[in-house]
Amino acid sequence: MNRKIFSFLMLFIVMIIFLIRLFYIQIVNDSYKFESDKNSRQKIKLYPDRGYIYDRNNILLVSNQPAYDLMVIPRKVKNIDTLKFCKLINITKERYIKRMKRVKSYSWRKPSVFIGELSKENFAFFQEKMFKFPGFYIQKKTLRKYPFKSAPNVLGYVGEVSSWMLKKDTSGFYRQGDQIGIAGIEKSYEKELRGQRGVKYVVVDVHNRVQGRYEQGDYDTIPVNGADIKSTIDIFLQQYGEKLMTNKRGGIVAIEPGTGEILASITAPSYDPNLLIGRKRSKNYSKLLSQDGKPLFDRGLLAQYPPGSPFKIINALVALQVGAITENTGFTCHHGFRHGSLHVKCHCGIYDRPQKLNSAILRSCNNYFSTSYKLSIEQYPTTEEGFRVWSEHVKSFGLGKYLNNDLPTGRKGLVPNTQLYDKVYGKGRWRPTYNISNAIGQGELLVTPIQLANMTAAVANKGYYYTPHIVKNIGENSVENTRFANRINTTVDPKYFPAVIQGMIDVFEPGGTGWASRIPGMKIAGKTGTAENPHGQDHSIFIAFAPADNPKIAIAVFVENGYWGSRWAAPISTLMIEKYLTGEVKRKRLEKKIIEGSLQNEYNKQKNH
Amino acid sequence: MKSRSINIFANLDWILVILYFAFVFTGWINIYSAVLDQDHSSIFDMSQKYGKQLSFIIAGLGLIFIILMLDGKFYERFSSVIYFVSLLSLVGLFVFGKKVGGATSWYAIGSSFSIQPSEFAKFATALAVAKFISIPSFSLKKVKYQYMIFAIIMLPALIIIPQPDPGSALVYVSFLFVLYREGLNSNYMTLAFLTAFLFILSIPFDYKTLILIFSISLIIYIIYQKQRGKPIVKLFLYLTYIIVFLTSVDYVYNNILEDRHRNRLEVLLGMKHDPTGVGYNQHQSMVAIGSGGFNGKGFLKGTQTKGDFVPEQSTDFIFCTVGEEWGFVGSASFIIIFSFFIGYLLYKSEKQKLVFSRIYGYSTAMIFFFHFAINIAMVMGIAPVIGIPLPFYSYGGSSLWGFTILLFIFIKLDSENKSIL
Repeated sequence: MNRKIFSFLMLFIVMIIFLIRLFYIQIVNDSYKFESDKNSRQKIKLYPDRGYIYDRNNILLVSNQPAYDLMVIPRKVKNIDTLKFCKLINITKERYIKRMKRVKSYSWRKPSVFIGELSKENFAFFQEKMFKFPGFYIQKKTLRKYPFKSAPNVLGYVGEVSSWMLKKDTSGFYRQGDQIGIAGIEKSYEKELRGQRGVKYVVVDVHNRVQGRYEQGDYDTIPVNGADIKSTIDIFLQQYGEKLMTNKRGGIVAIEPGTGEILASITAPSYDPNLLIGRKRSKNYSKLLSQDGKPLFDRGLLAQYPPGSPFKIINALVALQVGAITENTGFTCHHGFRHGSLHVKCHCGIYDRPQKLNSAILRSCNNYFSTSYKLSIEQYPTTEEGFRVWSEHVKSFGLGKYLNNDLPTGRKGLVPNTQLYDKVYGKGRWRPTYNISNAIGQGELLVTPIQLANMTAAVANKGYYYTPHIVKNIGENSVENTRFANRINTTVDPKYFPAVIQGMIDVFEPGGTGWASRIPGMKIAGKTGTAENPHGQDHSIFIAFAPADNPKIAIAVFVENGYWGSRWAAPISTLMIEKYLTGEVKRKRLEKKIIEGSLQNEYNKQKNH
Repeated sequence: MKSRSINIFANLDWILVILYFAFVFTGWINIYSAVLDQDHSSIFDMSQKYGKQLSFIIAGLGLIFIILMLDGKFYERFSSVIYFVSLLSLVGLFVFGKKVGGATSWYAIGSSFSIQPSEFAKFATALAVAKFISIPSFSLKKVKYQYMIFAIIMLPALIIIPQPDPGSALVYVSFLFVLYREGLNSNYMTLAFLTAFLFILSIPFDYKTLILIFSISLIIYIIYQKQRGKPIVKLFLYLTYIIVFLTSVDYVYNNILEDRHRNRLEVLLGMKHDPTGVGYNQHQSMVAIGSGGFNGKGFLKGTQTKGDFVPEQSTDFIFCTVGEEWGFVGSASFIIIFSFFIGYLLYKSEKQKLVFSRIYGYSTAMIFFFHFAINIAMVMGIAPVIGIPLPFYSYGGSSLWGFTILLFIFIKLDSENKSIL
């Protein structure tokens, strides 16, 4: 080989190899292009607006508001007038130094929140002068906003998704820092409210700093905002109920019997939902958690009380159904029910002659219902069988089980079954008189206000109910087609209801326990109740529905330590009914008395115990 | 005096001069793109690499002026002096050297400026080689002269290796091609290629297997060539070399090389897929070049380049920026033009009437060729990662000046070629 040519040849070969290699990696093989994009492309999730929540009359209950976090990238902060800066956002120099140290220890390059949720004034001031402070910028975010300081228990709240929620979430939807509904409607309708996230691709460098859009946004998707939700709540009724419960504790649940829609769900004491927004949430939350009266405990859904006398309605219906009594059966009360050494006291006032069902209901005669309860169970060959039938009938009113509705929390309550007594007394070794307190709604029985309201609705409907629910529409779609539209029948024949309902109507007649709470010109069916409370004063209970002929509202009211039914719960119930049905309360004196009435002394006493 | 200053531009090879400025300018532009960030966008910002590179370029103009001012004879006459000063500067590193990136290859001058003597040792060695071979009594046929010339070439390389800077040392292999051109026995070349070939083969294959394969193939070859029988002795010598080499390579590979060296080789040979570890630089650099596509992403628009994904991007991996931002069109043009530049240097060397000038020119071309070939092969993933700059393109004052001096001494020698009768 000519040695002069050798080098040229070698050079030429190398050149050709390079060109082929170049051709291969730049043109033939496109995996590098893909790789390159993966390296330098970042997916940014675009957050949709969370759906709004309205009340049943389209009044806005929950909306969104912007909040502004003051962000900082420590690396970029250079030569700023610290004193001016502190003045501008109204912080002390010490705070500035402390925050800066904290932020720097996290990262020099990555943005951190310097001051979270600037006030509107501070934001405005800062926005104007921002250019003077390199490294600082404003990041907008969205918070919830509650125009009404009402119904926090119903609406719920949103917060940052926790690490255990992230672990539980199999859909992979959430990421650290995402917002999620934690209670109430926000929780149970999270999927609908949250909407659909969009994606934006941006070009980033190795430190994830954004350099621009990727491919002019060709691959981006637009976020779909969350669906607006129309709640079944009537916010004015809700507010009114909360007002009536001022300085009292307890729960109120009002249901539309014809649909199962929850018109109001009140727990007292309550709080302003705006307390649980954004950064102040965790602080306020722990404050509320330790506050007297446990405002975070939704008594309407979670508090389990003995139902007391309203339960006599159910006992009457069961007794009629099993044939233990007819509406004309009479029992004579001897200041109570006696059986051997057992004595259930009664203050019904009619002790000399037999009393029929109607009178027994309106006077809440303990003897009558104890006797009929005993007879109901004795209709069957064994106590066990009789009791089981009784228990099934009771449960068909939605008691002693979860309602399985669209509220994120609830309690089962308690309707005793035969096993319970078998355990206490031994199998076959007990008789109805052993648990006679079931007859008057005491003993083992436990119900939540919503269960009692639902039971009232079932009575109002003469034998059926719809699962109580809190949401009417999701976006444009009503929830009517869902399971909430299914009528759930009780096991009591509709024909037995009118006599019982008449007794409940007569409660508001002279001599009835609800006379003082009547609404002139309105036919209401109701029943007072007083639940014995070993810890203090008895609970005041009332159930009612109105108008009696065509029920639009069924309500259950519990007032803790409210002495007796007609003292607090009955007037509160009828005021609620009046407010809902007429829109205006005419009984101003009663209203004033109730709002101003306080049971705080009673609660303080309990606290001191 | 006046006439001399006018004369320095006389008879200059403008093709080389224009190519030089074209390379330096486009190199600078690419450095600007490679290191640009939002905080410093002025191309003249002296705190940034592109600003510094500009000052190196300007200082380079001064060097060019001085080189062209001096008489061509000066370089021949003082070649040995320059060579020894250069050797001293390399030895001095062991005492006064500053450690940068793991290698003690730098002298710190002031607080912000360092100089790398190995970049200047190349032209010094080229001058010494040219001078030594051009001595009339010199003959490559004589083993004595062979040893001497090898010593001249190996000395700087041997000082550079322990710094450690194997990349810079490897460049001295380029002189082997110069010697070959000047008549060195081709066995040396065969041996060199064979060595490189065996070394690479010995990594994926067990050395005993290789020895067996070579022995069997040799036997088969001998049986086929039975009739002639002449080259058998030579072939057996080669086989002996193969056996000795492979055995020692196995020892070197497992006992002398460090893990990082082994890893680099293994990644390159596809024995290890490790895009986030050892192979990170090379993988990222191929991604950068590959993503350039046909037209490239455009000046300053390289996402990999801008994203600082490729380490050493402004120095050894500067070709990534070319590949990514200028695409196949730009990088293929660069490869063709640079190959032309080297080829043109070879052509011009052959035209030299003086042996000294011819050999110097040839050395220049071969040094450029080695840098070009190894750097581009490394960046495109066909050679292991060897730290070696791309002439005129990679950031750095020492390498720019070293190459500038190397080239312009030849341009000066060439400018006097015509006047030699």
